[in-house]
Amino acid sequence: MKERLEALRAEALQELQGVDGPQQLNDLRVKYLGKKGALTEILRGMGGLSAEERPVIGQVGNDVRAAIEAVIETKQAAFQQAETENRLRAETIDVTLPGNKLGAGAVHPLNKVAQEIEDAFIGMGYSIAEGPEVETDFFNFEALNLPKNHPARDMQDSFYVTDEILMRTHTSPVQVRTMKAMNGKPVKVICPGKVYRRDDDDATHSFQFNQIEGLVIGPNIRMSDLKGTLLQFVQLMFGKQAQIRLRPSFFPFTEPSAEVDVTCVQCGGHGCRMCKHTGWLEILGCGMVHPRVLEMGGYDPEEVSGFAFGMGVERIALLKYGIDDIRHFYTNDLRFLSQFVRM
Amino acid sequence: MNVSYKWLSHYIDLHGYTGEQLAELMTGGGIEIDVVESRNKGVTGVVVGRVLTKEKHPDADKLNVTTVDVGGAEPLQIVCGAKNVAAGQLVPVATIGAVLPGDFAIKKAKLRGVESQGMICSAKELGLNDKLLPKELQEGILVLPEGTQIGASILDVLGIDDEVLELDLTPNRSDCLSMLGVAYEVGALTGREVKLPDTRVSDSAEQASAHISVRIEAKEQCAHYAARYIKGVNIGPSPLWMQNRLMAAGIRPISNVVDITNFVMLEYGQPLHAFDADKIPDGRILVRLANEGETMTTLDGQERRLEPHMLVITDGEKPLALAGVMGGAHSEVTSSTVNILLESARFEGGTIRKTSRQVGLRSESSVRFEKGVDPARVIPALDRAASLMAQYAGGHVLDGVVEEIAAPAEKTVVTVSIAKINRYLGTSLSKLELETIFSRLQFPFQLSGDGVFTVDVPSRRGDITRDVDLIEEAARLFGYDNIPTTAIEGAATPGALTKPQAIRRELRKRLTDAGLHEVISYSFTHPDRTKLFPSLNGEGVLPVRLALPMSEDRSVLRTSLLPQLLETAAYNRNRKTDDAAIFEIGSVFHTDEETLTRLPQEKHRLAILLTGSRSRAEWNRKAEAYDFYDLKGILETLADVLGVSGSIGYEAAQPEHMHPGRTAAVVFDGERGPVTIGYLGQLHPAVQIEHDLSDTYVLEIELAPIYEDADFAIAYKSLPRYPAMERDIAVVLNREVEAGKLTDAAAETAGELLESIRIFDIYTGEKLGADKKSVALSLVYRHAERTLTDEEVAELHGKVVAKLEQSFAAELRK
Repeated sequence: MKERLEALRAEALQELQGVDGPQQLNDLRVKYLGKKGALTEILRGMGGLSAEERPVIGQVGNDVRAAIEAVIETKQAAFQQAETENRLRAETIDVTLPGNKLGAGAVHPLNKVAQEIEDAFIGMGYSIAEGPEVETDFFNFEALNLPKNHPARDMQDSFYVTDEILMRTHTSPVQVRTMKAMNGKPVKVICPGKVYRRDDDDATHSFQFNQIEGLVIGPNIRMSDLKGTLLQFVQLMFGKQAQIRLRPSFFPFTEPSAEVDVTCVQCGGHGCRMCKHTGWLEILGCGMVHPRVLEMGGYDPEEVSGFAFGMGVERIALLKYGIDDIRHFYTNDLRFLSQFVRM
Repeated sequence: MNVSYKWLSHYIDLHGYTGEQLAELMTGGGIEIDVVESRNKGVTGVVVGRVLTKEKHPDADKLNVTTVDVGGAEPLQIVCGAKNVAAGQLVPVATIGAVLPGDFAIKKAKLRGVESQGMICSAKELGLNDKLLPKELQEGILVLPEGTQIGASILDVLGIDDEVLELDLTPNRSDCLSMLGVAYEVGALTGREVKLPDTRVSDSAEQASAHISVRIEAKEQCAHYAARYIKGVNIGPSPLWMQNRLMAAGIRPISNVVDITNFVMLEYGQPLHAFDADKIPDGRILVRLANEGETMTTLDGQERRLEPHMLVITDGEKPLALAGVMGGAHSEVTSSTVNILLESARFEGGTIRKTSRQVGLRSESSVRFEKGVDPARVIPALDRAASLMAQYAGGHVLDGVVEEIAAPAEKTVVTVSIAKINRYLGTSLSKLELETIFSRLQFPFQLSGDGVFTVDVPSRRGDITRDVDLIEEAARLFGYDNIPTTAIEGAATPGALTKPQAIRRELRKRLTDAGLHEVISYSFTHPDRTKLFPSLNGEGVLPVRLALPMSEDRSVLRTSLLPQLLETAAYNRNRKTDDAAIFEIGSVFHTDEETLTRLPQEKHRLAILLTGSRSRAEWNRKAEAYDFYDLKGILETLADVLGVSGSIGYEAAQPEHMHPGRTAAVVFDGERGPVTIGYLGQLHPAVQIEHDLSDTYVLEIELAPIYEDADFAIAYKSLPRYPAMERDIAVVLNREVEAGKLTDAAAETAGELLESIRIFDIYTGEKLGADKKSVALSLVYRHAERTLTDEEVAELHGKVVAKLEQSFAAELRK
C-alpha cells in the first residue's frame, strides 16, 4: 500500500507539473484529493491493515496529501497573480486625457476689486454704508457745499431726472445720509456704489462707474491721520513698497483738499509708460471735511473734525490688471470676464 | 488758462526757474500744470527780410522769383509759391542753413531752373498755430508789420522763444485766470515781489461824463459798472508783441482796440468791452434784465431771443450787449470807429453762467464772470486799457470814470489760531513759519499775543472765507509732503459687512463656484426694454426717465435685470460664445409717477441666465443642454445656503414672454406672508428667436425678503441612533398631477416618522396611456428613540398609499 501511495504522489506531482490553467488545477485537485479522488480511494483500503501498520501508512498518506496540496497552492497563487496582472493591464487608462473640471465662474472684476478694497477697510475698523443711486439734489450737491449754480458743479455734469432729482454723481450723498443717521456720533464708514456722470464713453471714460468713498468724523481727526490711513490702505492694496504723495487740489466738500498719487504699480516708481515717466499714478481724491458739510450733517465743526476720500474702482481695476479700455467692464464679453477666475 | 513764461516774467522775476521747474513748483502748490509747451517747434536761422522785387517764374505759372533784402551785402534771390507775396512786404526768410520744424534744413536749390537762396515762410512753416491768423495769412506767407527790423531773428520778432504753461485750474482758483493772479501765486511760492502794470492815464480837460452816462437798474445782477470815453482812436493792428501774447494765450488778434481789451482781460482777469460810442444815442448806458420777447443780434451775426433772466447792456432802449457773454453787432468796433465807450463791470456769476449756457456761448469773458472777478480790479483794468488805447490806438482818454456802484465789495476778515492750524493738520508749525507763509501770500494780517491770526483777505482771493481756507493755504505752502503720517487716536472700532452685503457676497461666491460668471450692465436702457417682462415690474410701475438722455437707447432706468442679461447673451453669441451661464446682482428702479416728486424705489435683485450647453462634448461625455431643473437647482441650493429653502415655493405660471409650460413663479412665504418675488423658467421661443438665442433659462428675484429672512445660524442635530426603514412605491396617475403636490400629500400623511421623501423615477409610455405617468417615490421612515417594527412601517406606508390613491386617483404599480 505504501508503494501505491508513493506512486500516486509521483504521478500527481508529475501531472501537476504540466498544468496550464486554474481550471485544470482544480480538476487535478478533485482527481487526487477530492472525496472520490485517488488518494481517498487508496486510503479506503486501510481497514484491512494491521494495528501496527495502520499509523505508519496513515502517516505516509498524510505526507502525500500535504505534498500535493503544497504544489497546488503554489500553482494557485501563481495563477492568481498572473490573472490580477492581466486585469490591471487591461484597465490601464491614458492619464494625459483632460479631467472633469469643477465649474469655475468669475466675480466681475469691478466687484472683485471693490471687495478687496472693502476688506482692507473692514480690517481697519470701517463699516460699509450704502444709499440710493437716484438722489435728491440736496444730498448729492447742496449738503456737500455745492449750492445751485456753484461753478464746481461743472466738474461733474449730471444726469437729472427732474430739477430736484438726479443720478448720483458720487457716493458722497451716502456720507451725508450716514452723518444725519449718526446724529452727532463719530463716523467711520466707506461707501461703495455705482455713480453716473454725463461723459462720452471712450477708453478712459464711462458715464456709469463705481466709486468707493470713505468718511471719518471724530473729536480730533487730523490731516496727518488722513495721510496715515491712506498709506496703510495703499500698502494693503498694492504691497508694502507702495508710497503715497499728496498734491493740493480742490473739492467743494473738503478743505484742505488733495489728490493722492501712489507709487506706480508697473515700474515701482522708476518711471515707465504707464505713469508717464513720473513714477506716480493718481488714484484718489481726499481732504478734511469742509465745516459747511459737517454743519449740514448735524455736527459742530468746532467740536469735531473729519476726513474724507474717494476713489474710482474702474481706475484701480485698470491699473491692477493692466486693462486698456474701461468699456470692457460693461460689455461683459465672456472672453474678458473669464480671465478673472483666479482668487 | 495758458500762461506765456516770457509774459509772466513782466510781473514777477522768474530768474532761476525754467518753464518745467516753474510748472513743478506750481503743481506742488496746487495749481496743476498739464503741459509746458515750447512755442519754438524747431526754428533756427529765420530772419526778417524785405521783398524788393517780384517777377513771374519763366517756366512755372504758380511760382514767383523774388529778391529779398535780409540785411546782407547782397539781396537774396528766392523762388516763392505763395499767392500773397508782393514787393515791399516784410516777411520771415529761412536763409541757407536755416532749420524749420520737422528738422527741415534749408539748402541752396534750383526750382524749375531758377536758383533759390532760401525760403519765404508761412506761419505754419514756422510751427505756429495759424488758426488764429486772418485767412489770407493762413493760405500764404506771413506778412509782418511795417517797422519790423530787417535782419532781426524771427524768434525775437514773433516771441517764439517762449514756453507756454497750460494751467488746469480747479474752480476755486479763478484768481489764476489772470497773469497777475498767477504772478501772486508764483510770488507766494518763491517769496518774490509782484510788479504791477502801469495804469496811469494822462490828464484831459474834457470830461467823460459830458459824453456818457451809466445807470444800473438790475442791481442784484450788476454790482458795479464803470466806463471811460476814449476819443479819436485810429483802428488798426495792435503791436506785434501784443498779438504774439494773445496768440500764445490762444486768442485771435483782431484790432488794436479789441486786442487791448483782451490783453488787459488776460492781465487782470477783468473782462472789458469796447463799444463804438457813436452807435449809442447820447452815450447812455442802462444795465437791466431783458424784456420778454426782446431780441438782439450778437457779434457773431446771430439773432438771439432774450429771456427775462438775462442781463443786457442797453442804450436805455435797445440792447447793446448780452452782459458778460457777447457784444452786439450794432455797437461793434469797426475799422471806421472813432470814439470808444470802454466798459469794465462786475456781473453776478450765476446770471452769466445761466445765460451763457442757454445761448450756448462760453467766452473768455463769461468764464471769468461765472467764477467771479476781483472787485478791486474793475477800475485798474479800465484805466490800464484806456492808457494802452492812448498809447497804441492814438486815442485821447477823457477825464473821469463814469460809474455806478450798486453793491460795494465786502471786506473779508478771517481769524485762525496757530493752535487750530496745527491741531487740524497734525503739524507743529511755528509762529514764524506761519507769518512767513501769510506774508508771501501778501495777505495782510495781525497776530495777537495768544497766537490768533486776523487776516484781511485780499479781494482777488474770493475763495478764502473761513479758517479752514487759511489752514489750506498754510498746508499747501508748508507742503503736503511735510505733513506727518499718524494713526487715528482713540478706541479702535470693529468693522463688518452688513447682512445684505454678506448675502450678496455669498451669492457671488456660490454662483461663481458653480461656474457662472458675474456681469455688470448699465442702469440706463431703452424704454422698450423695460416692457419685455411686465410681470417683473408689477402693477402700475413706470420706468424713471432721464431729463436729458445721451440717446434713446439709454434714456430710462432699468426696471428689471433680465433684458440686459439677454443682450449680454446675444452679444456673446455673436462672438461665437454660444454657452453662457451668467448672473447679475443689482438695483432696478420703480416709480408710479410720471414726473418724480420723490425718489423711486430701488430694489436689489438677482438675475441668472443659462443658455446653450451645461457641459460641452468631451472625449468621455456628450454635450448636455441646460434645462429648467439646472436653473431651479441653483436657486434651491442658494436657498439652502441662506437658510430660506423652507420659505420658497414654486408655482406654475404664465408671465408674458416666458414659455407658458416651463415657467414658475417663485413664492416667498416669509415673515410678511406669501409673496411672489420673481420668476424662473424658459424664455418664450419667440423671444429666443428675437434675440437669436437657443433654449434659454432665466430667473429674476427680489432680494429684500431674503435679506430679511435669511438665517445663518447653524444648530447641530444629533446623528440618528436607530436604523431607518426605506420603502419605495410607484404610482400611476394623470399626467397633470404635479409631483410637488404628491410629495406634499405623502409627507403630510406619513407625519413625523417620515425622515425624507424623494422622487427617483418618472416614466411615461404607451403602455400607461397617453395621459398617464408613473411616479416612483422612495420614503425613509425613522424613529428617533427606538427601532421601528415592520408592522408599524407597513401600516403607515399603507396609509400613504391609500392617501395617494384617494387624492390623486393613483394606482399602485405592482
